[in-house]
Amino acid sequence: MNTYSTTCFDNCWHSADTPCPHFIDCIASGQQCDGSHNEHASTRSADAQGTAATERLESFKRRLLFVEHDVPVIFVGMGTCGLANGAQAVHDALKAECEVRGINVTLIPVGCMGYCAREVIVDVKLPGRPRISYCEVKTKDVPAIIEHTLLGGEIIEEKLLGLYEPGETEGWEDAAVLGQLPFFAKQQKVNLENCGVIDPESIDQYLARGGYRALSAAINGRSGQEVIDDVLKAGLRGRGGGGFPTGKKWQLARDTQADKKYLICNADEGDPGAFMDRALLEGDPHRVVEGMIIAAYAIGASYGYIYCRAEYPLAIRRLELTLAAAREYGLLGKNILGSGFDFDMRIKKGAGAFVCGEETALMHSIEGRRGMPRPRPPYPTTAGLFGKPTVINNVETFANVTTVFKNGPDWYAGIGTESSKGTKIFALSGKVRNVGLVEVPMGVTLREVVFDIGGGIPDERKFKAVQIGGPSGGALPESVIDTPIDYESLKKVGAMMGSGGLVVMDESTCMVDLAKYFMTFIQSESCGKCIPCREGTKRLLEILDRLTSSYRDESTQEESLLRFQGMVYLERLASVIKDTSLCGLGQTAANPVLSTLHYFREEYEAHLYERHCPAGACRELLTYYIDTDKCNGCGVCARKCPENAIIGEKKKAHYILEDKCIRCDQCRVNCNFDAISVN
Amino acid sequence: MKMDATKIPERTQKVYEKYPSGDPSCLIDLLQDVQEQYGYLPDAEMQNVARHVDIPVSRVYGVATFYNQFRFQPLGAYVIKVCRGTACHVKGSLDILRMLENELGIKAGETTKDLKFTIETVACIGACSIAPVIAVNDEFHGGLTTKSLQKLLKSYRKKAQNEEVPHEHV
Repeated sequence: MNTYSTTCFDNCWHSADTPCPHFIDCIASGQQCDGSHNEHASTRSADAQGTAATERLESFKRRLLFVEHDVPVIFVGMGTCGLANGAQAVHDALKAECEVRGINVTLIPVGCMGYCAREVIVDVKLPGRPRISYCEVKTKDVPAIIEHTLLGGEIIEEKLLGLYEPGETEGWEDAAVLGQLPFFAKQQKVNLENCGVIDPESIDQYLARGGYRALSAAINGRSGQEVIDDVLKAGLRGRGGGGFPTGKKWQLARDTQADKKYLICNADEGDPGAFMDRALLEGDPHRVVEGMIIAAYAIGASYGYIYCRAEYPLAIRRLELTLAAAREYGLLGKNILGSGFDFDMRIKKGAGAFVCGEETALMHSIEGRRGMPRPRPPYPTTAGLFGKPTVINNVETFANVTTVFKNGPDWYAGIGTESSKGTKIFALSGKVRNVGLVEVPMGVTLREVVFDIGGGIPDERKFKAVQIGGPSGGALPESVIDTPIDYESLKKVGAMMGSGGLVVMDESTCMVDLAKYFMTFIQSESCGKCIPCREGTKRLLEILDRLTSSYRDESTQEESLLRFQGMVYLERLASVIKDTSLCGLGQTAANPVLSTLHYFREEYEAHLYERHCPAGACRELLTYYIDTDKCNGCGVCARKCPENAIIGEKKKAHYILEDKCIRCDQCRVNCNFDAISVN
Repeated sequence: MKMDATKIPERTQKVYEKYPSGDPSCLIDLLQDVQEQYGYLPDAEMQNVARHVDIPVSRVYGVATFYNQFRFQPLGAYVIKVCRGTACHVKGSLDILRMLENELGIKAGETTKDLKFTIETVACIGACSIAPVIAVNDEFHGGLTTKSLQKLLKSYRKKAQNEEVPHEHV
């Protein structure tokens, strides 16, 4: 047996055209029927043939999970973050080296295991030993890994991240274990359990790890209503940002009568600083697809779309393979698992518009139109894609659906807080040691995520704020960092769950500049349909721009006064935008400004009154000068200056003309004597 | 370039065959596939697209100009994508962008006259672990400083000089 698509015993008739309801059960717990098309699994044959088939399935599973294998296996983390760190070169070097030496190994590219800061991650699994995880592997480390680990059976201490299980073999007892590392200890990997562990392009490995069992459990002999009841019982809420109860949304769509219904997976992850969905799609695409099929069954949808950003080529390629494999195995298409339920889907590539994360805009985009939102109601669950009832959930929500049915709604409802159940995946980045993907149960505090899992701030700098929820969220300072992560608590402190980007900032980040950054982003991404968002965000940005401008750029005195006027009206403008914008993008557009203004008012004041940026980040407010003692007059800076703002005689100290200087930093970068300082 | 607008060029014939004519819902897919062939959307092809899905050219332009992905000018041989995600911003990607613009003498979204370099900004590449990051023709370079960027640019300039016709332009 080489794949699950070949039948496990002679009478088995499962195929894509004639799907058997017991297909998944067979994989899970051995042969379930005698192939006589009987409805019930009780007819499971106990004869010798049945036992042999069960044994065959079991041994195949052990091989798939690498419990049992003859040749060593090497896993290379080749998600986008791995590739960005040179995983392809490491992969190729491993392959070449093994070929040259004539060593027989299985080389498997896997997704991201979450510890992006330590990429490239290479796992080695020797027969009969626990899996070893090496981190920060470079091509030059390849010979050592092959020599010492693959051939010598030793652990290379310097490169070791940890073992998957405690080592029992001699010399391996003291090696670190992954689960005990600070980065992993407080995490609860549920939806990410397969990411970085299995080959995302192998449906068999996914099946061997219990894949599609949730689907089988959800649809076999149960009505769509029962499925929805389970989701409601689990308390699952949408992971896209708003936190609307998933079961309720499904119920609305199910209760609407229509000849056709659609299901959409929102994979248009446009939030800058968020990469959870990408990691899920790259590392465990089947989990998302499985959740979608369950959702489609519950609402009675016959066709689905995955709307994925074109900027995620790897995710799109893996999704295509995933859909093809699911069709081949009879898990997608007509009469799925013999339940009589038909469902298929395709991938739609987004064309780059942040506003398409909004559900009505996304549907317009699928219909081939400009991705502009429209007023609601009618809600998509009543009249959505092509005017039919439609459910839109995001990638992580669908992954959670699979989890709910795999482990049971009661189990799921046991994780998290009263109002927010389950786990949440966060993309932790910015000024934090352990950049990466983390999954924590709802209710842990931001402090635990940033300091315990994230390892705190590097370079001995001080924590300043953590930005949560992307352009719709807020920046939270140290005073509220003990807030538990759940939908309600975050709203109370002026932020929101968002999709899961967590960007950590230290004292060198200017909060006015951050607000300006988000406004610039929203301004350029505003679709222009409604005036409060189109014009309001522009005015907001202008106010912030004036705040960070130098007096050098102002020609009249009125311009200086405009700075103050802008600040006076800022909060009123923000509330108008919030109350009158058409869609979520506009309604939350002012949040980054309001939250930074609320928590970092003194920084705004320093910019306004003193034209001083305490963090030293607002370029326009800086002054460059040359230390005449250090300058030897080599003239490099004068040549590099694009504005000819540096003058001086050869071999004598140079000077910067402040009025001409555009603060491009070229002189400081190019000075070989550190003679140029910034104030 | 001149292109016969009434006849679909061989280059994109297969693309059009993939989609049923008269179905406006495949407009974006069609535009994406056409752009994949040329690196941008030539005017004549826009008209072909309009005819194929049976909607006015103005609407095709309306859709194409709405999305960031579509371009109407050819690209440089080396497309430098500067990530402007939050993590990159916090780690100084604006300086990286300014420096690139300065060095190459073009603004983001433009191409140098010799068609060697194009600078683009993207909202987030998703490689936040190595911020600030740029991607040159999908090759990632992370942890950049203005100093290391200069070195990098030098090496690409050298490469660009050595290759006379880097890739096909229409």
